[in-house]
Amino acid sequence: MSLFKTRLFWIALGIVVIASTLPLYVSGYILGLLTVAYYFGVFAMSWDLLFGFAGEVNFGPTFLIGVGAYTAGIINHEYGLSVYLCIFIGAMASVIAGFVLALPALRVRGPYFGLTTLVAVLMLQNFIVVFADLTGGEIGLTIPDVITINASANYWIALGFMSISAAVLYGLSQSPLGLVLQASGQDPVQAGALGFNIVKHKLFAFIVSAFFSGLAGAMLVFYFGTASVGTVVDVAVGVQVIVAAVLGGRRTVLGAALGAIFLIVAGEFLRPTGELATFIVSAVALLVVLFFPGGFLGAAMSREARS
Amino acid sequence: MLALQILIDGFAISALYALGATGFTLIFGVSGVLNLSHGAIMVLAAVAAWAASSILHVNNYIGATIGVATALVASLITYFAVVQPIQRSRRIPNEEKEIFVLTGTLLWGIMIQELIAYFFTNNAKTVLPIVEGVVEILGVRTPQNEIFTALVCCLVIALLWLLVNRTRMGKAVLAASMNPRGVTLLGLELTNIYVVVWAIYGILAGIAGVLLGMFLGVSSYSVGPLTASAFSIVVLGGLGSVSGSLIAAFVVGYLETLTAYLVSPAYRTIPALLLLVAVMYIRPQGLLGRR
Repeated sequence: MSLFKTRLFWIALGIVVIASTLPLYVSGYILGLLTVAYYFGVFAMSWDLLFGFAGEVNFGPTFLIGVGAYTAGIINHEYGLSVYLCIFIGAMASVIAGFVLALPALRVRGPYFGLTTLVAVLMLQNFIVVFADLTGGEIGLTIPDVITINASANYWIALGFMSISAAVLYGLSQSPLGLVLQASGQDPVQAGALGFNIVKHKLFAFIVSAFFSGLAGAMLVFYFGTASVGTVVDVAVGVQVIVAAVLGGRRTVLGAALGAIFLIVAGEFLRPTGELATFIVSAVALLVVLFFPGGFLGAAMSREARS
Repeated sequence: MLALQILIDGFAISALYALGATGFTLIFGVSGVLNLSHGAIMVLAAVAAWAASSILHVNNYIGATIGVATALVASLITYFAVVQPIQRSRRIPNEEKEIFVLTGTLLWGIMIQELIAYFFTNNAKTVLPIVEGVVEILGVRTPQNEIFTALVCCLVIALLWLLVNRTRMGKAVLAASMNPRGVTLLGLELTNIYVVVWAIYGILAGIAGVLLGMFLGVSSYSVGPLTASAFSIVVLGGLGSVSGSLIAAFVVGYLETLTAYLVSPAYRTIPALLLLVAVMYIRPQGLLGRR
């Protein structure tokens, strides 16, 4: 298989292997940080599949994440089903929500699509606050079960989950299907003229994106032991996902994960600067957007291509 | 009595929304830019006015002027430091400039918001009103400040209408929104027009921000909701259509006021969002928008 011959595969494998040994020598605090970062990486990668390849700006990644997270949390809270079943149902709910959102939203283009998805987030947020008995409202929903309380195990689950998601999403983006998606994102008329059903392909991308977002959201909720608007639904979380993907390099899938890890780790390192931490991260991100529009991975790849 | 109360309160809120959204839609109409730092610039204006009158103890009028001037400067910086470099960048493909402008202005807005929070804390600030006291309108006690807000908003919007439709510069702006290439061919520098539009935008957002600060008070938390409300008003009215956003502002303003008075303040924003969703599905180009 040609996959094993590419340099990227071996680099990625090497990084994952090194990352998986981290629990042996770093503190639980750093593990916890990276666990969250890995789930964020999945959010950013699923967003990049939609933006980088299907060419659709989804302003509401947290709609898909939030539906998955809250569905899983509520089912666990109300009916006490097993964690894994809840996560599965959460992911499925997110797929259905993605389908319902995408069908009408894909009829409109550009900023209108973005706005429809943004409004979906605001609606979800209002829904959660209004039906506070069911969802825990602004305080958040306490979830009785967690995947495990072992920090290392949580870390490995997150790492494994991110690696598998990355492999699937990256593989998808490089497959013939990914090419069609890319074509329909860049020139929908011509792609349609070549006989590809653009709406069907974009819908598929949306559903894949929804599946991974919902899955990651549900798992994150069972890691935190709580679901709250501030962690999985708020527009600010969605912004962070988008910034992570653009920062890491759009249309690279893997770059999005790097961007997410960078954002979360950088935010933590800058904690001593207090309130200025967010300012510095945003400023760095703005500089990257202005001067290295390809993002981290984009810049690295173009250098390699030149040499 | 309650109906009159709703009518008066709703009018002031709607006028304020209209003023905030007009500048936003003007920039989109002329240069195709959705400025996501909008809320931050409004809050910045209010905080500058507050700081001038509460910390430096200047006259309220001067404070308000300082607030508007700050917004003007911030708006021009947004254009020259964020929007223009992205639009001119050769490394960003044309079809992706939109998302880069969105991301760039969003990050810039977050930076402004964080700086405000750092220097002036997250606490809500109320700008000292220029006019004080209450009057009774047909038995409804109305703060004079509320009337002042509504009057200033209407006056500024009327001035803007005159500026755009009755002056040479305004006509150039209008022409640029219809056909940028045609304007260039007529020998007008497009960049100059954009600078003018961003300056107008800065003044409008500044006035709206300062009035909002006097009327309801602002904090750095209001940044996101302010941008979102301007965005939804503009989309409801039709992107780029100034008269559409004026109508939409009043629809949203009254819907919110009605909900707040008749149902519960907690549900205030929901009907407007539902309406927005319905409009997106039935008429995606908005009330008066062009496809």
